[in-house]
Amino acid sequence: MRGREGAARAPVLQFTNCRILRGGALLREDLWVRGGRILDPEKLFFEERRVADEQRDCGGRILAPGFIDVQINGGFGVDFSQATEDVASGIALVARRILSHGVTSFCPTLVTSPPEVYHKVLPQIPVTSGGPHGAGVLGLHLEGPFISREKRGAHPEAHLRCFEANAFHDVLATYGPLDNVRIVTLAPELGRSHEVIRELTARGICVSLGHSVADLRAAEAAVQSGATFITHLFNAMLPFHHRDPGIVGLLTSDQLPPGRGIFYGMIADGIHTNPAALRIAHRAHPQGLVLVTDAIPALGLGNGHHTLGQQEVEVDGLTAYVAEQPLCPLGGRREPKCALLAHGTPPGLCSQGTTTLCGSIAPMDVCIRHFLQATGCSVESALEAASLHPAQLLGLEKCKGTLDFGADADFVVLDDSLHVRATYISGELVWQAEEAGQ
Amino acid sequence: MPSAPLQDKMKLIILDDYSQASEWAAKYIRNRIIQFNPGPDKYFTLGLPTGSTPLGCYKKLIEYYKNGDLSFKYVKTFNMDEYVGLPREHPESYHSFMWNNFFKHIDIHPENTHILDGNAADLQAECDAFEEKIKAAGGIELFVGGIGPDGHIAFNEPGSSLVSRTRVKTLAMDTILANARFFDGKLANVPTMALTVGVGTVMDAREVMILITGAHKAFALYKAIEEGVNHMWTVSAFQQHPCTVFVCDEDATLELKVKTVKYFKGLMLVHNKLVDPLYSIKEKEIEKSQSSKKPYSD
Repeated sequence: MRGREGAARAPVLQFTNCRILRGGALLREDLWVRGGRILDPEKLFFEERRVADEQRDCGGRILAPGFIDVQINGGFGVDFSQATEDVASGIALVARRILSHGVTSFCPTLVTSPPEVYHKVLPQIPVTSGGPHGAGVLGLHLEGPFISREKRGAHPEAHLRCFEANAFHDVLATYGPLDNVRIVTLAPELGRSHEVIRELTARGICVSLGHSVADLRAAEAAVQSGATFITHLFNAMLPFHHRDPGIVGLLTSDQLPPGRGIFYGMIADGIHTNPAALRIAHRAHPQGLVLVTDAIPALGLGNGHHTLGQQEVEVDGLTAYVAEQPLCPLGGRREPKCALLAHGTPPGLCSQGTTTLCGSIAPMDVCIRHFLQATGCSVESALEAASLHPAQLLGLEKCKGTLDFGADADFVVLDDSLHVRATYISGELVWQAEEAGQ
Repeated sequence: MPSAPLQDKMKLIILDDYSQASEWAAKYIRNRIIQFNPGPDKYFTLGLPTGSTPLGCYKKLIEYYKNGDLSFKYVKTFNMDEYVGLPREHPESYHSFMWNNFFKHIDIHPENTHILDGNAADLQAECDAFEEKIKAAGGIELFVGGIGPDGHIAFNEPGSSLVSRTRVKTLAMDTILANARFFDGKLANVPTMALTVGVGTVMDAREVMILITGAHKAFALYKAIEEGVNHMWTVSAFQQHPCTVFVCDEDATLELKVKTVKYFKGLMLVHNKLVDPLYSIKEKEIEKSQSSKKPYSD
């Protein structure tokens, strides 16, 4: 993508005094960057006989690949599923703000919506590179509407669909052009789903299984047709049963195509998944674990009422519930709140809340820390679950989610407790914590 | 500062173990570089070996650099050898060795490092050019070397001419067998040829330091210093070098005569003055203003 001709002339940046995540280990190595990519310093030394133009002391901190969030519905008051005329500015706002969470690229996620919303919103969210303006957009994640009525969770029932007579044509009719789409979450038990899975996979779109009542056999058949991902494991699917483990059983299935493991999203916010369940999944299949935030527009706003797609939600601490409708005392849909208002909103404003979880409001770095603490895994594993694994899921592991030579220089600087101190995209500093906190 | 200059002669430094021998060697190199007072118009030229023996010495030198006691900014290095036909980026290439174990940790400029290119189209031309580069740099000030159990220095296998220059060399079967462990244990993967400086090339250095540690090198050390100069034990040539220092550990002395060991151990008091006091570039400025006399002759 980036021109390589001028790259040899570009300045060489050397990040020193750091531990970098490479090959599954934290190494006492310097990180070398040129022209937005990670450079092999040995080659530079022996072939070009050059030294770094600039050195930056990282103070012994950890350098890890930038985090990739493949499921994020919005944040900071922005709802990606809202059909406005100016979707781009909402995307831009979230893209900029999640830099502080260490996220350098993401898949904006649309929950179940009516076709007119897809037709309006999808063309407005193109794939973009990250930079000082914000995290890069890798393509959309469309969660629904082809999902199970029974396991719809927070998705509005009225807009659910199934593949009718025309299978993939129904998909196209619902979504419109798929150019900007990267992931589609669907329920494999819907009739003719295999045709759809094959068509989507053939277009390079990752098919994820979720919001489904599929048994293991149906799930395995879907994987054989091309599905590679499970949307928020344990949530919105049949619970694990020893005679039919359901979609969860894919983690240890022996019926998957050879050489192809399954990836699964986990909301490690401490609310959506019990730590013991998190540990079961991690220990059964650590290489497939992909941390997702599944963040809703209330991410970064705080307690109170917020909108998610066609639903109203209530936020209390790190928990977000579906609120009873009509939710707003004024009867109308609220405008997304600004961040200032959020913390002061009295939690008792709408007391008729349900107990249905509807997405998380924990930032990615919080999820990583919780995951690390809950599973007792290594720091390396926790970081890879938010970087390497989502990159592998999307087939981007050569340029994203890794600090190998030649990859994009998207990385985060973390302290030992995995708090984000700085975020870099293409070797450029795009966010920095205020140093006073040290 | 040592009061009396030490005479030029072959020195044998015996330390208790590998780590002490490595540290002594590193201190010696450090003092020699600092006393040379290198600068933009006056580079210190250092010959360097690869292999497991010098690893401890490199570690110490890196430590000195990191502590701000030593700089390689005005040091030029020349490596002894490199395999023929092994890709530069191969983990067992001597380029990779030098990068991973030394160069990437210090402040040396890549332009000032020289390693033979075993993939050059014309190998002999590459060797001749290497000799020219050494000459252009003003010759080697201090050549550091290690030896094999058969007494070879660089890849000057037994039987090499003692006046040889840099050239292509076929490896001895012993060396290939010994190296197989670095190439997945497969003989077919071990390079069979190398480019190496000659015995004569090393002899031309103003000073030579040879590191010999471990019981498996004991016979080679005996051959190196207690018997005559012999082209079947190429390291023995350095008996005739005006300024050679052998640095070894106790284990490496196992084949020596008791009186040889006692004699050199008795001299340690004198020889230790080469590394004590230990100089640092932090104090160089003060040092310079205080005295211009040399601590000992070269």
